[in-house]
Amino acid sequence: MKPNGNGNGVLPWIKDEARPQLRSWEQFYRNRWQHDKIIRSTHGVNCTGGCTWQIYVKDGIVTWEMQGLDYPSLEAGLPPYEPRGCQRGISYSWYLYSPLRVRYPYMRGALLDLWKDARSRHEDPVEAWASLVGNPEARGRWQKARGKGGFRRADWDTAVELIAAANIHTIKKYGPDRIAGFSPIPAMSMISYAAGARMLELMGGVALSFYDWYCDLPPASPEVWGEQTDVAESADWYNAKLLAVMGSNLNMTRTPDCHFAAEARHNGSKMWVFAPDFNQVAKYADEWIPINAGQDCAWWMAVNHVLLKEFHHENPTPYFLDYTKRFTDAPFLVELRQQDGKWRAGQLLRANRLAAYQGVENGDWQFLMWDAGDGKPKMPQGTVGFRWAKQKGKWNLQLKDGQDGSDIDPVLSFLGGETVEVELDDFGEGRTLTRGVPVTRIQTADGGAVTVATVYDLLMAQYGVPRGLSGAYPTDYDDEGLPYTPAWAEKYTGMGRETLIRFAREWGNTARHTRGKCSIIIGAGVNHWYHNNLMYRAGIHALMFCGCVGVNGGGLNHYVGQEKLAPMEPWSAIAFARDWMPAVRLQNAPSWHYMHTDQWRYERSFRDYHAMPRDGAGGGEGLDIAHGHTADVQVEAVRNGWLPFYPQFDRNPLDVVREARACGQDPVKVAVEQLKERTLKFSVEDPDAPENWPRVWYIWRGNALMSSAKGHEFFLKHYLGTHTNAIAEDLAGGSVREVAWHEQAPQGKMDLVVDLNFRMDTSALYSDIVLPAATWYEKADLNSTDMHSFIHPLSAAVPPCWESKSDWQIFRTISKKFSELAGRHFPDAVEDLVASPLAHDSPAEIAQPAMRSWMRGEVEAIPGQTMPNLKVVTRDYKNLYNEFISFGPLVRANGLGAHGTSYAIEDLYDETLRARPVVSWGGQQYPSLFEDQQVCDTILHFATVTNGELAYRSYQNMQEKVGLPLTHLAERNRGVRLSYKDLQAYPHRLLNSPMWSGLSENGRAYAAFTYNKECLVPWRTLTGRQHFYLDHPGYLQFGEHLPAYKPKPSPVEYADLRLSKADGPSLMLNYLTPHGKWHIHSTYGDNQRMTTLSRGVEPFWINDRDAAEIGIEDNDWVEVHNDNGVVVTRAAVSARIPRGISIQYHSPERTYSVPKSPLRNYRRAGGHNSLTRVRLKPNLMVGGYGQFTFHFNYWGPTGCNRDTHILVRKLPDLRW
Amino acid sequence: MNVRSQVAMVFHLDKCIGCHTCSIACKNIWTDRPGTEYMWWNNVETKPGTGFPTQWEDQEKYSGGWEVRDGKLQLKSTSKEKTVFNIFHNPHMPTMDDYYEPWTYDYQHLFDAPEGPDQPTARPISMVTGELIQIQAGPNWDDDLGGSPVYAQNDPNLKGLTPDQQQQLFAVERLVFFYFPRICNHCLNPACVAACPSGALYKRGEDGIVLVDQNRCRGWRACVAACPYKKMFYNWNTGKSEKCILCFPRLETGQAPACFHSCVGRIRYLGNVLYDASRIEEVAKLPDEQLVEGHRSLILDPHDPEVIYEARKNGIHDSVIETAQRSPVYQFVKVWKIALPPHIEYRTMPMLFYVPPMAPVMANRDAGAVNGVSGDLFHDIEQSRVPMKFLANLFGAGHEAKVRYALRKQKAVRWYRRALTVGDVEMSVAERMLREADSSPEEAEAIYRLTSLCTFEDRFVIPPMHREEAIQMLEDPLAHKQSVGFGFTTGPRRGM
Repeated sequence: MKPNGNGNGVLPWIKDEARPQLRSWEQFYRNRWQHDKIIRSTHGVNCTGGCTWQIYVKDGIVTWEMQGLDYPSLEAGLPPYEPRGCQRGISYSWYLYSPLRVRYPYMRGALLDLWKDARSRHEDPVEAWASLVGNPEARGRWQKARGKGGFRRADWDTAVELIAAANIHTIKKYGPDRIAGFSPIPAMSMISYAAGARMLELMGGVALSFYDWYCDLPPASPEVWGEQTDVAESADWYNAKLLAVMGSNLNMTRTPDCHFAAEARHNGSKMWVFAPDFNQVAKYADEWIPINAGQDCAWWMAVNHVLLKEFHHENPTPYFLDYTKRFTDAPFLVELRQQDGKWRAGQLLRANRLAAYQGVENGDWQFLMWDAGDGKPKMPQGTVGFRWAKQKGKWNLQLKDGQDGSDIDPVLSFLGGETVEVELDDFGEGRTLTRGVPVTRIQTADGGAVTVATVYDLLMAQYGVPRGLSGAYPTDYDDEGLPYTPAWAEKYTGMGRETLIRFAREWGNTARHTRGKCSIIIGAGVNHWYHNNLMYRAGIHALMFCGCVGVNGGGLNHYVGQEKLAPMEPWSAIAFARDWMPAVRLQNAPSWHYMHTDQWRYERSFRDYHAMPRDGAGGGEGLDIAHGHTADVQVEAVRNGWLPFYPQFDRNPLDVVREARACGQDPVKVAVEQLKERTLKFSVEDPDAPENWPRVWYIWRGNALMSSAKGHEFFLKHYLGTHTNAIAEDLAGGSVREVAWHEQAPQGKMDLVVDLNFRMDTSALYSDIVLPAATWYEKADLNSTDMHSFIHPLSAAVPPCWESKSDWQIFRTISKKFSELAGRHFPDAVEDLVASPLAHDSPAEIAQPAMRSWMRGEVEAIPGQTMPNLKVVTRDYKNLYNEFISFGPLVRANGLGAHGTSYAIEDLYDETLRARPVVSWGGQQYPSLFEDQQVCDTILHFATVTNGELAYRSYQNMQEKVGLPLTHLAERNRGVRLSYKDLQAYPHRLLNSPMWSGLSENGRAYAAFTYNKECLVPWRTLTGRQHFYLDHPGYLQFGEHLPAYKPKPSPVEYADLRLSKADGPSLMLNYLTPHGKWHIHSTYGDNQRMTTLSRGVEPFWINDRDAAEIGIEDNDWVEVHNDNGVVVTRAAVSARIPRGISIQYHSPERTYSVPKSPLRNYRRAGGHNSLTRVRLKPNLMVGGYGQFTFHFNYWGPTGCNRDTHILVRKLPDLRW
Repeated sequence: MNVRSQVAMVFHLDKCIGCHTCSIACKNIWTDRPGTEYMWWNNVETKPGTGFPTQWEDQEKYSGGWEVRDGKLQLKSTSKEKTVFNIFHNPHMPTMDDYYEPWTYDYQHLFDAPEGPDQPTARPISMVTGELIQIQAGPNWDDDLGGSPVYAQNDPNLKGLTPDQQQQLFAVERLVFFYFPRICNHCLNPACVAACPSGALYKRGEDGIVLVDQNRCRGWRACVAACPYKKMFYNWNTGKSEKCILCFPRLETGQAPACFHSCVGRIRYLGNVLYDASRIEEVAKLPDEQLVEGHRSLILDPHDPEVIYEARKNGIHDSVIETAQRSPVYQFVKVWKIALPPHIEYRTMPMLFYVPPMAPVMANRDAGAVNGVSGDLFHDIEQSRVPMKFLANLFGAGHEAKVRYALRKQKAVRWYRRALTVGDVEMSVAERMLREADSSPEEAEAIYRLTSLCTFEDRFVIPPMHREEAIQMLEDPLAHKQSVGFGFTTGPRRGM
């Protein structure tokens, strides 16, 4: 039996194949392993992993998935990318055939019955819909049933007809801008995103943003760089020699790339991890900094204090100073102004104030440096003024005067000369300080003189670097009383000064030795706080002071929900129907939800919780946005064209045009007049009036009602009109001035909510219609990310299962039905008036040098300049379907571009008509967008990152603007043209493109802003440099012109716990919802694999001593509540959580394992967003000013949620 | 000398992310069937913690592995006679409570719930009984220190730490955890095989993979009790035991096992080693403090002409000797000595080795402010948050020297690379550190490369399995080519 039981000393269990038939049973496992097919795909939403996967098919059934390993390798000395793909991704195949899969269309029973009845009475579906929504009782019937069961299987025809009819009715009665759609982060399945957005934009509907709404957009990035976000691909972490990881749990959220950080350590890199809890990435740390939650700003402010003192002032590091001069605004001159007898820093001094530059083009947008050589102020090239000048070629970072071409040797500091005492804000203590600042005086053209300081000297003062000047400078690092010393930071961060000083010195030394290879990896743990922009900015300053931005191995690497849709140019044309429509409706979701869900009603002035400068500080002329209610600032932002808001007006925009035409007048002119007369009003001024409600909402690829719904319970109440667990009171009545107040807030604004889904998630559960969507293993699509520099496909391993369809097919189907019904209701093309805000990367960046209001008569009302753009757009609804499936003519005429780039495609477009599938209608031929794969190929064919010739053209175009050579960056790849099938073969690396700020040729790891630093292409900011100083008048009013520490909003002032009271032993804790281990947002978290490996619920993590205090043991059920709602889950009691905070990882579903809440009369408890309510930071609403200019997902207030507090107690009674 | 080839493994714990991708890669393919739901051939534990099944390392409870009794190597729990005696009731056998009751949810309810006054939710139901359950345990219950007062504080490896040290492990000064992924160790001296009354378990001659013959297994479950790592599972549906098969169908086709393939932390290495099977018993009887070294001594130098001669004599293919020469496992275990066997005191001679993890520096709390204790760029290993004794209990049979050696060498490599890549450390200092760690710049470079820059091919050097020769013993490979896959297959049936 055991042939080796011999005398050779060998133990007897080794079985050689002497009797192989005894081992023939081994086929049992071999059979399992055998499979029929492997197809490449990936996971298509809301995960920036962008991992390439091999999907295994056996018997026509997807059995499992394994990671693809075939990423092309990068340059020598970098670890490879394989394998990529985490525990969540590898569990995806569970969904395909699971009981959670949406296999058929479903409709809420109450609605289906009413619809059938209405259709029996109305031959026309549009009339049938009108009869239902016009009947409050009927409308309320299905609204109140939302989320409460009663789904009925429906057929596609019924569902699509109802949806199309609802669209047509809404357009006719209210206007197309009452139809909205939400789908997050297109990069992960860009065709699927584009499907819905394209249909909506062709219709005149509204696409909602996601990045800012998720609070994943770091506003500090546009503030400093004029860039939405650009970061290093993960391989570049390996180049960093000091890694500061904060608010980013690489193991959890960057799972496939975490190894680069781990491996860098073995290459001699040092890793510091900042987190209040001992989180997963802390295991890799050399030093774990258990910093108090939300106090990262204090840490960095003090670090900057040390860096400036030791590496700039006492021992100036040549590299640091040179970098600061060339690539930052530090040498620019700021005008100091006296207010109430005190000097305060004001705006950057404009060149046209000086006689020498009085007549220069865009003189309000030209700025000055002091030239050491000639001893006078000079006007450097590269500013926003040069960007939009008629004469091109001076928008570059050469240190030359833009007028006479002379060299500039910028002075950083006037130290040694005259000083004045400048008033600075100390928000931590709620006081002001004065500190001496070196200044100089400059003669102005009007014969006067201005007192100016460099940004650099102001920074030295703000950071409190003692340089022998007068005023409230700290004596040394141990001075606890004055900002921003290491001792000062202790009381906020809880971290000792020795550690901080050691960190700062290691930072400075490492950067000095490596010329900038210090990297901050940062994410939602920091970015979701109310004052996130200040926290980020302080960290960014440490990078800028030490020359770490634009350097491989350096930079701010922000990873949370970040969006890098690499082939942006053709994709955005298709997604937003720019190939047909000259204007689009893109809405920043934070503003939209804040107003429409009525969350603004539940707070008073933002000054209740937002630390502000003393009254009168910052002043200046024009609008005061530093007082009052956030909703009022929101209204100003819309009126002035800073932010979009849809619906636009209290009237149907189709009617506005029709009526103007009827009188033979220009609709734009009429609209402006009526707005001035207030006979036409912005909807945002009265969001609760029925004519201003959004009516139809599409949700696809996302969980808009739960996972991302900050203030979820208010969504249920005001959008859906169903049950809610919110008990918060309306408070805003006495606080709002610009927004109309209704004593009674409306409930149930939405007529129809349509969800496309492959699983029954919370959003699906609460929708009226659920359409079965193909999974990511059942369709063709494209995927890119900024975690790596490759692009790869989603492919169909099996066809869409049961009755599901791809998102592209679904919206195509709806479009077809819509066009059919439009034949009767819109036999002729209609005209729509589209209002859109002032746009980044357009001349609107220099539209508003001051905040002046046309409403108040301070300036003329000029569309696109002092107010929103207004454009008449023609819509041919009966051909909407044809347009949907055709790559339209506007791209051929206008070319493509993004982020300020541009290139012609006429020849390629025509070639496509000859060589690729086309559609014909109306006597014309167009490249076909009928099939998903055709859309993929069109995008790949017309994008700079996948078509080398177009990259070359785009650089050529940019070269003319910049005036320096750039085409060499594309020379090598000019012949590359990628297709969908190429990507199916293996992931391909993206080509250099001027649309992105990094360079990646020859396997170099992509790092943000290397293009700017090495090719001297300006950042898209006011000065063209990285901005330390933010001189927007609104920022001056908020005291955020300089970096500053602002305290967290306190729980009482934040008003989450006004009515909620402790019932039994309870604790108040800060409620944190970072990204978790067992889900990507809410996806995967509900599958059997992930629930098994977690605890079957999304638990509530609490410190062991906190738990003991209120009698909670591990795995006890707990009830967590505040005025916004309630959560019931189980406790995970752990010492790794510090006292005073709690964590429930983002994001649970209400669909599984959620019991009822005794505190809410035994109603079903909610999810994490049941406890949140959104507050918007008003100064992030400004626009029309350099980098403070709107772009979708790019600029605007963000949906922060970290400052939430809750009460927790042991659940007294478990009921289901 | 009796030279044999064994597929051996290294898990680099310093790199482990704790993501559990490995676990699911395995589950998807192998244990998703009725009867196997609760099995995790691959699982990942948080240390300190009690693991899966709970407190599996507590051999006072489970009595797994071997002990030296009367100068003889004997199964700890039982002799062969006792196995038979305990067939129907083995007091050391883990119960469902020690594992967990697998569950799913009543998802269908979300579609089917009639309209009512409140929102439906899918409740958990047992995958064993189909009944509603209250979830009280899972295969990963104490992940990331979940329930640390209940679980982490009861980690058997805390034995030997002072009460003060134990307390500190859960305070900010010393709080720490790391991950411990586990699969079957495919031991050289497998207790499971020895315990099987049916002779269903065996160790494959060609690669050392330990398997349960699904035809021969009679479900006695002696293997479950005997395996001290609790990596043997009983399939309640087929009535047979099952365990990690090291994905032999993948290995046989030159592919890494699924859990290795899917390891995004890139912590896993696999390659065959040549070892001397004639000395296993002798080594397994060594005193605790000599076990690590003795175990290492079983592994032979694949370049040694005598070893090669003996290997060939034992029928080991030239190509297999060549892969042994390139084996990353050989480097980590034998050459660099930085990978150590888990719980060698169980004396099963595991063929999975672990590189012990580094950890953050300890801190102190002074007047409310927290400071790291180190002034150095890379702190000394004695200042690590993971107590040396704890690691020694895991990887050194309680003795610290081998663990200290492995950690010191890792740290020296970091200093060396720092000196090379940054220059803020003097190279002479780095070289001194290497010398003190029994290393050299050349070795440091090699360790660095295999740790950080390793490609898939570097990590997995899979010996060719020469299936044509195995099949030839049963039928003509040409005939096999022509007919394989035809015919009906059936799974193992329940019963004796």
